[in-house]
Amino acid sequence: MDFELSDDQVALQEGVRSFLEGRFAIGAVRGMEDQGGIDRARWQELADMGIFALRLDEADGGVGLGWADAVLVFEELGRALVPGPLVWTHLLAGRIPGAATGEIIVGGIERDDFSGIIEFPDGIDVLVVLDDDGIWSVDPGDLDLAAVATPLDSLTPVARLIGPLPAGARIGSADDAAALRLQGAALVAATLLGIATATTDLSVAYAKERQQFDRPIGMFQALKHSMADMFARAEVARGGVYAAGVTLDDPNVGSVERAVAAAKFVAGEAAIENTKASIQVHGGMGYTWEIDAHLQLKRAYALDPLFGGRDDQAEVVADLLDATV
Amino acid sequence: MDLRYSETDEQFRKELREWLATTLVQVPPEPGPHDWPARRAWDTDWQRRLFEAGYAGINWPKEYGGRGATLTEQLIYLEETTLAGAPYIGVNFVGMMHAGPTIMAEASAEQRSEHLPKILEGTEVWCQGFSEPGAGSDLAALSCKGVRDGDEYVISGQKIWTSFAQVADWCELLIRTDPTASKHRGITWVMFPMDTPGVEIREIKTIVGSSEFAEVFFDEARVPIANRIGDENDGWRVAMVTFSFERGTGFISDLVETNKMISELVELARHVTRRSATAWDDVELRREVGRLQARMDALWAMTKRNLSQAERNGVPGPGGSVVKVYYSELFQDLTDLAMRLLARAGLSRDDLGELASGSFVEERLRSTSFSIAAGTSEIQRNIIAERILGLPREPR
Repeated sequence: MDFELSDDQVALQEGVRSFLEGRFAIGAVRGMEDQGGIDRARWQELADMGIFALRLDEADGGVGLGWADAVLVFEELGRALVPGPLVWTHLLAGRIPGAATGEIIVGGIERDDFSGIIEFPDGIDVLVVLDDDGIWSVDPGDLDLAAVATPLDSLTPVARLIGPLPAGARIGSADDAAALRLQGAALVAATLLGIATATTDLSVAYAKERQQFDRPIGMFQALKHSMADMFARAEVARGGVYAAGVTLDDPNVGSVERAVAAAKFVAGEAAIENTKASIQVHGGMGYTWEIDAHLQLKRAYALDPLFGGRDDQAEVVADLLDATV
Repeated sequence: MDLRYSETDEQFRKELREWLATTLVQVPPEPGPHDWPARRAWDTDWQRRLFEAGYAGINWPKEYGGRGATLTEQLIYLEETTLAGAPYIGVNFVGMMHAGPTIMAEASAEQRSEHLPKILEGTEVWCQGFSEPGAGSDLAALSCKGVRDGDEYVISGQKIWTSFAQVADWCELLIRTDPTASKHRGITWVMFPMDTPGVEIREIKTIVGSSEFAEVFFDEARVPIANRIGDENDGWRVAMVTFSFERGTGFISDLVETNKMISELVELARHVTRRSATAWDDVELRREVGRLQARMDALWAMTKRNLSQAERNGVPGPGGSVVKVYYSELFQDLTDLAMRLLARAGLSRDDLGELASGSFVEERLRSTSFSIAAGTSEIQRNIIAERILGLPREPR
């Protein structure tokens, strides 16, 4: 047992982080608001980095890595707040031609989703629909959509489905859909972990700089302890999320369902609680558009429901306990 | 990242399981909570069995008679002994986990050979004389004084929260030997025989009614200077050496035990009726249990990360304080949930018929100490904020 990152994993993590710091700095990310959260040229750069082809075999033009590696990459994407249907496009690379290379952008939805919310309605080339019978591919042009003027997250534009959701073409079995839900939950959990960590860093940096009563506010225990809790939640979530990645790669080490549900729950909790606390640490500035904390909070709330939110995951864990106790 | 156990690890687990299966049936029944001589006999009997089987000092280096096990083997050891319901380390705790490691690191060859084998085989029991009424979180403010008189220190003052003082042979004792120096500088670490004249022990009754803690009063008690470990006035550093032995294994038994309790809570919820259904049919209760289990699973994974970091770098990751804060509050939440579930059944600390309720009530009370003992949650949060996040120190 060695639950530390391998040298290759450290290199992967550092490589992706430095690429994102260069090409997806927060100013550039904020600038993508006018493009509906997706800048095709930058999307292509993500593809060229191997973000979407990461787990495909090298013979198929992929990088040949596993879920534990993918989790590290999505943590970085979350940290940098990179917008777009990254998880869906990554999951469908290899199943939908062009997704791996960045030419085709894939969004997704559960067929029984009561909200009818479609993310990135103007950006996606394919909408994938999951249901009990399998995975279905739908042409976004066939959707009857009503505009939503004000999305929660300005970098995650949405529209509302007002007509029926077309059946689409079947591109995967019921088992494929079930597997994809677990994989998606793990990658969203990793993205949330990245947000939980980034917002902690943001708060700590601010609390070291900001002076009140002639001292940095980070000296006050009330704030110091809040940030200690942010760190604790993020580190515990990191344990859960990395374990989910490793378990997806090797189901012999534990129950994939339990590992993924636990990871998604703790990562969601860490992201939501930490971004809330982060705004509080920033005081009045935390309530402004200028400070990034609100982007992190909104993204956390936008991601948390994907593949099952915190309440859903808690129920899954309880159901799994029910079956074993 | 790899969570698979090696064949050697699996073999270690198998042998340990077999040994536990044949040995635990020979262990006599556990004595009552207040009979300290009987408890000492019971705990040290277990220590002797471990010693004879080669499992004593699982974390001690081989040169001092320990097993020198890898951290993964230590994890397996703690996991298996807890799952099997083996006796806890009990009165052997201070000797095995604090005084022993300090003696290994700082004592003379003669002192090592005098004490380490006895601690290991369970014939020598230690207690800890660190905290004082005026020195809790601020331990370095301790004032129990040791005045040099010839080749002896004459000790006067008071210690508190001394576990197992009633039955200990020795005390790892911090005394103030230079009242003029700054508070960290004037402290000395001595091995103090508990049968020395001038010592009075008064038991402290805790909120659960237990008596494991005591106050110890010293009235001109004399201890040879030769019993000192490290230099005079260098005791703070010596005391801190113990902490460098911490490799992130400290809470493994507690985590395993807590997982067992969550399963017991599920069983309990199936037997508690609310309105016309069982509590376990209540989706919000299920979610609460699911949340606790999810946090536990992630904490368990984080513990493995800490161990792997310690195995590689010699020091654990930023885990220690995080695990302590997170675990103690999680466990308090778990026992609070149990109290809500039990409702009026929680008025009894005895199990009610077939309902295994009493232990949850007991644990609700006992766990109030988790966020206080061994560094309060407030101190742990200061440590995380200042040492890990690099936030400015509060004025001291």
